Amino acid sequence: MILLENITKSYEVGGNSIQVLKGIDLNIKSGELVSIMGSSGSGKSTLLNILGMLDNYDGGAYALDGKLIKDLSEKKAAIYRSQFLGFVFQSFNLINFKTAWENVSLPLYYQKVPRSKRKELALQRLEEVGLLDWAEHLPSEMSGGQKQRVAIARALIADPKVILADEPTGALDSITSMEVLDLLKKVNAAGKTVIIVTHENEIAAETERIIRLKDGRIISA
Amino acid sequence: MDKDVLKEILSVMVQNPMRTILSMIGVAWGIFMLVIMMAASSGLENGVKADIGNRAANSGGVWSMMTSIPYKGFKRGRRFDMDMDDIQFLEENVQEIDVISPRCQAGGWQGGNNASYDNNTGSFNIYGETPGLVEIQPMNITQGRFINAADIKDERKVCSIGKKVFTTLFVKGENPIGKYIQINNVNVQVIGVIASMKEGDDSAEENESIFMPITAFQRTFNYGKTIGWFSVKSVDGYPISKLQDEIKSKLKIRKSVHPADQRAFGSWNMEEELADVNTLFASLRFISFSVGILALFAGIIGIGNIMLVSVTERTKEIGIRRALGAAPSVIIKQIISETLLITIVAGLLGIFFGVLTVELLNNTLAAMGDSGSFRNPTVSFNVVFGSFLILIVAGVFTGLLPAYSAVRVKPIDALRKE
Ligand SMILES: Nc1ncnc2c1ncn2[C@@H]1O[C@H](COP(=O)(O)OP(=O)(O)O)[C@@H](O)[C@H]1O
Ligand SMILES: [Mg+2]
Repeated sequence: MILLENITKSYEVGGNSIQVLKGIDLNIKSGELVSIMGSSGSGKSTLLNILGMLDNYDGGAYALDGKLIKDLSEKKAAIYRSQFLGFVFQSFNLINFKTAWENVSLPLYYQKVPRSKRKELALQRLEEVGLLDWAEHLPSEMSGGQKQRVAIARALIADPKVILADEPTGALDSITSMEVLDLLKKVNAAGKTVIIVTHENEIAAETERIIRLKDGRIISA
Repeated sequence: MDKDVLKEILSVMVQNPMRTILSMIGVAWGIFMLVIMMAASSGLENGVKADIGNRAANSGGVWSMMTSIPYKGFKRGRRFDMDMDDIQFLEENVQEIDVISPRCQAGGWQGGNNASYDNNTGSFNIYGETPGLVEIQPMNITQGRFINAADIKDERKVCSIGKKVFTTLFVKGENPIGKYIQINNVNVQVIGVIASMKEGDDSAEENESIFMPITAFQRTFNYGKTIGWFSVKSVDGYPISKLQDEIKSKLKIRKSVHPADQRAFGSWNMEEELADVNTLFASLRFISFSVGILALFAGIIGIGNIMLVSVTERTKEIGIRRALGAAPSVIIKQIISETLLITIVAGLLGIFFGVLTVELLNNTLAAMGDSGSFRNPTVSFNVVFGSFLILIVAGVFTGLLPAYSAVRVKPIDALRKE
C-alpha cells in the first residue's frame, strides 16, 4: 500500500539546511496497523506529512497504492488525499463553528456529495464512534476524547484506504487514550491501513508493528 | 452558485457578522453616493434645460451693432439699422430660411409705467412682432389669438398680452378680449393672452410683455421701417450657425459693411447655447460619476482589506479544509464568492436606498410644483446597471488577493498555525 525508497527531507532554517529525514525505506502493506515511534524531533510528523501529501520530500520515491507521489500539483494532491487518506491530528483540527455532523461530512462536501446524503453518511459514522447523540453539538461542547472520535469519524467518512494519525492520543488522558486506540483498532479490523505516530510505549505496544525512528533514520521496523 | 455552496459561504460570513456588516456599509455608501451624485446632476440638467424652454433648436437672433473696419468711404464706428426691406430681401434671397421674424422693442428696462387699463397701470415690455415669432419661440395662447398676417398688413392697433400683464391690468375673471388698453396713451385693443412656456427669469420676461403687430408698433412709436433685430429659424436639417453666417454676408453687402467686419452684427443661436449647456452637463456628469466611483472603490478596497484579515485569521480553518480534500481552486472560488456576495448584497442595498432617496426627493419636488433650476432628478437604468457591473467585476478582483493569499500557505503550515 505504501512504499518508500530512500526518502530525504530537509528544512531551511535561517540559511542553514537541516536534514530531518536521512533516507527512509519502508513498506507498509494494505490492512496493517502500524505505529511510528521515536523521541520528539526525530522526524515522525515530517514523515507522516509526506505520507499524507501535506508536504513535499526532497529525494527518493514514494508510491501510494502503486501511484508515484512526487511533485504533485496542489490540485492532484487534494484529489488523492480525498480518495485515499483520512487524517487524525493531535489537536483534533475540527472547525469550531461547525457541528459534529457538519465537521464529519466536510470531506464529502469537497467531493460534491449533496447535503442530505452527506448528513445521512455523517450520522452513520457518528453512530459507529458512539456519538450519534452529539451530532448537533459544536466541538466546544465536547470533551477531548469525544472530539477525537468526531475526527476519526471524519477521517472515515470518504471511505479512505489509509488512516494517518499524528499523536491521536497526545492530548488525552490514559483512559480516553485507550478508548481512542480501540476505535482505531476497530477501524483497522474493518480493513483499513492505520498508521499511528506516537511516542507512548503503551500505545505502540497495541499495534501489530512498530517502526522506530531516530534522528531521521529508521532503526527498526 | 448552487444552494449548498451558498450555505457554506453564509456559514462563514455569519461567524463575524459585525465585520461583514461594517464592510458592507462602505460599498453601500459608495454606490449610494454614485446614485445620488448622478441624480443630482440630472436634476440640475433637467432644471436648466427646462429654463431654456422649447425654443426651436435651429433658431437664433441677429442684430446690428457698430462697424469696426472703414469701408466704401464710411469710417469705422458707424452705427446702422436694419429695416423691413432687409427682411423682405432675406426672405426672398436666402432659401434656407424657414421663418424670419423682424422685431422691435420699447419699454421694459426703462421702468416707467407705460400701460394702463381702468385705474390699473404697469411697466411692461412692448414688442412689435410678426406671426412668425410663435413658430420660433412657442408660447401658450390661453385666450383669443396671437398676431396674424392681416394685423400686420392693416397695421391694426391690437395686441396679445402676457398673463402677468393681464393679471396686473384686469380684474380676475374679466374677459380682456376686445378691451382697449392704453400703451403710452395710445389705445390698443387686446386680442389675446399668452403664457410663457419657459422657466424662471425668461418666463417672467415673456409674461410681462405686450406684443403688437410690428407695422402698428413702428407707426405708433415713429420707427418708420426700422427694426430692432430679427429672429430666424433655418429649414430642418440646416445648421442655424451656417444660415446666420450667410445672412450676415448678404446683409454686409446691402449695408456697405466690410466683408471681414466681425463686429458689425451680433447674433446668438440655440445651437451654440445648447452645445454649451450640453458640454457643461457632460462634464458635470463626468465629475459626479468620478466622485461616486471613487467612493465606490474606497468601499470595495475596504471589503478587500477585511477579507484579507479574515483569511489570515482563518488560515488554520483553510488548512483543515485543504487537508480534507479542498483543491486550491475550490478555496479560491469560495473566498471570491464570499467577497462577491458581500459586495453584491451591499451594492443592492446602496442602489435601493439611493433610488429610494431620489424618488422621495422627486415626490417632494413635484409636490412643491416642479420649478427652479433643480427638478426631476433621475438615475438612468444604465447608470445603475453599469455601476452594478463595475461592482461585480471589482468584487471578483478584490477577492483575488485574499483568495490567493489563502492558498499561498502550504496546507501543512496552515495546519501548524494555532
Ligand atoms: N516547517 C519546519 N521548518 C523547520 N524545521 C522544521 C519544520 N518542521 C519540523 N522541523 C524540524 O524538523 C525536526 C523534526 O520535526 P518533526 O517531524 O515534527 O518531529 P517529531 O514529530 O518527531 O517530533 C525538528 O527538529 C523540527 O524542529
Ligand atoms: Mg510530531
